[in-house]
Amino acid sequence: MTGSIAAIGAGLAVIGAGIGIGQIGGHAMDAIARQPEATSKIQTAMIIAAALVEGVALFGVVVALMSK
Amino acid sequence: MASKISTFKPFSSRIFTVFALFIALTARISAQDHNEHHEATVVNDSIGAVDSMAVTTAAPMDAAASHHEAKEEAVDITKVAFEHILDSHSWHLWGEGHDAVAIPLPVIVKGDNGFTFFMSSAFHHDVHGMNVVEVNGDRFVNFEEKIYLASEVANEHGQFLTFNQEGEVANAAALDLSITKNVTQMFISVIVLVLLFSSIAKSYKSHGVTSAPRGKQSFFEPLIVFVRDDIAKGNIGPKYEKFVPYLLTVFFMILINNVFGLIPIGANLTGNIAFTLVLSVCTLIITNINGNGAYWHHILLPPAPKWLYPILIPIEVVGIFTKPFALMIRLFANITAGHIIVISLVGLIFVFKTIYISPVSVAFALFIDVLECLVAFLQAYIFTMLTALFIGSAVAEHHHEEAHGHTAEHH
Repeated sequence: MTGSIAAIGAGLAVIGAGIGIGQIGGHAMDAIARQPEATSKIQTAMIIAAALVEGVALFGVVVALMSK
Repeated sequence: MASKISTFKPFSSRIFTVFALFIALTARISAQDHNEHHEATVVNDSIGAVDSMAVTTAAPMDAAASHHEAKEEAVDITKVAFEHILDSHSWHLWGEGHDAVAIPLPVIVKGDNGFTFFMSSAFHHDVHGMNVVEVNGDRFVNFEEKIYLASEVANEHGQFLTFNQEGEVANAAALDLSITKNVTQMFISVIVLVLLFSSIAKSYKSHGVTSAPRGKQSFFEPLIVFVRDDIAKGNIGPKYEKFVPYLLTVFFMILINNVFGLIPIGANLTGNIAFTLVLSVCTLIITNINGNGAYWHHILLPPAPKWLYPILIPIEVVGIFTKPFALMIRLFANITAGHIIVISLVGLIFVFKTIYISPVSVAFALFIDVLECLVAFLQAYIFTMLTALFIGSAVAEHHHEEAHGHTAEHH
């Protein structure tokens, strides 16, 4: 039973990361559409922000793994 | 720009098609396979052994399980994945159970009669506590890569161990200072880094910084300049020079170990929490030793009403430790998760026991592996950049302090 609760925890962490990365990606698209010449700079910043969000999601996944 | 978008769209739709196909296949095969797979796993767990040898010898004892024995036993992917990402006493190359090919590594353990030394091959690939190694009057067994002092007699599964009610090992654990797989990997990385960078440094000495970079220099010079200019100068400010050696060391140590971890037989060092702990403790010490008056003032006397101090000061003090703690978890979790995904995708072939799933899992594993190459660079960069940011917030003069302090807190 604890296994399934841990899976729910991992799922919740992934929802948060999904929203976060979606926001980052969407806004980066907007920014690129406005200023196509800044594409490379925006992409770099986007990837860094996405990695930070992903890191937070992985905290949740690690806790879910450990609590098992 | 237009060509970029037009090539991107078909590619993503193709990925989507493959993914949809994958989901459909997964659903169908798991529906067929679910029952027998589930029961077989339970059998596996109750015996408490993953070794296929152990399963075949123990299964006849259980009458209900005997008809499953005719079919192949299910592979416990979770167990296999953890075997791959965790540290071990020998460097496993390929093969399973007694046919495994592994590089033996030195085991240095402290038993009742002081420290003893032997090679890990003495355990004969046993990780279930069945093979006793007798050295210097001490008897050791290897149970799931932890070394215990062996019991006098074996239990009913042939293990020289005793278990308590919770199923934990009751034997005394030996103090283990072995040169394990991860330690060996670290030595290899250090040797590679020292050879690489001393030769680069030598070529700067002989040719000077005026000539164009050549050979290895041309690959590493942009990275070094990137760490110095974009990471150190950008985040620390005018006093950056003192911290560049540490940032470069951290960057290249993480990078090389991330890359080594991606090689199929390489060890997963940056996915070991002890390794990332040491790195983040270094960051913690360097940040706080170099913290100036403004930094400590911000922590101990925050710019807020006095009645908030009982809440704010503990938060600020805990904040000193949570920032490096987040660094530790971030690197560990990113690398570990990447490795688990790759092994799980390859493991699909063994879970479904069909060769037809292999194109899908190989394609996905390749895709994730390419993504992991990006993550290898990205995590090295993020660790170094956040370290620089923390140092920057500690050494900044007062008027910079506000801005840096607040950006640092968001991470």
